[in-house]
Amino acid sequence: MKWFLVILCMVSTTVGDVFRSLGMRSHGEIHDFRPGALGGALAAIARNWMVIVSTCAMAVSFFSFMKLVSIAPMTFAVPMSAATFIPETLLARYLLRERVDWRRWTGIALIVVGVVFIAQ
Amino acid sequence: MPAIKQDIHRLRAKTQFWAVVSVLSNVAGNSALTYGMQSLGGIGNTPAALIGALFHPWVAAGVALLIVWTFAHMALLSWADLSYVMPVTAIGYVVTAFAGKFFLGEVVSPTRWAGIVLITAGVTLVGRTPPASEALPLKSEPHR
Repeated sequence: MKWFLVILCMVSTTVGDVFRSLGMRSHGEIHDFRPGALGGALAAIARNWMVIVSTCAMAVSFFSFMKLVSIAPMTFAVPMSAATFIPETLLARYLLRERVDWRRWTGIALIVVGVVFIAQ
Repeated sequence: MPAIKQDIHRLRAKTQFWAVVSVLSNVAGNSALTYGMQSLGGIGNTPAALIGALFHPWVAAGVALLIVWTFAHMALLSWADLSYVMPVTAIGYVVTAFAGKFFLGEVVSPTRWAGIVLITAGVTLVGRTPPASEALPLKSEPHR
């Protein structure tokens, strides 16, 4: 059960983040943060299928993580939440075609090791 | 200042502002939600019980803050790279550790301090890259 939740949480978080990035990129940069303009942007975003997929995946991620922390210690669950950084960075590089230079790779590696330490 | 540099500067400031909003709303939202659910005790898993929990003030505050987080995170991803937003907002792990120390009196062990230093170093390193790949001129050298 524990490992099933870990895999479910990792896959849903990764799918959620990647689709959120794809959906928001297709919408374009949000410039205007006044309530009226923001409402218009939200109406457009809510109809974007990639954002809808992302939101559903994020809900799965949220509840599977809640379930995981209820059956496993935080010292296990928290580093597992940071393990998604690795597949997400690979997808950002090869699927989203982002420029992931050595500073990003090194920074992400430091963060993943740091999260393992901080959860102890 | 060349237009492209000015653009990167503007984008970095905007990204930092929304990253702070995203991190604080996420940490505060999760804390409020956890506190609220713990003070409610065992409520079971029925839909009625879960909807009822939404009327508890701390649970409601937690959900509201997580809605703010969702919008801030979406706004960030509308212009910034996922490989920038994801590591930079990981500073939330450090904020959570400090919140635990100052509000709950938790002890921060040497191992946890090492984790705080590593995460902060990683976030600083990623924070020095341009937030968006597209903000870089295609056929010139990196701006740093």
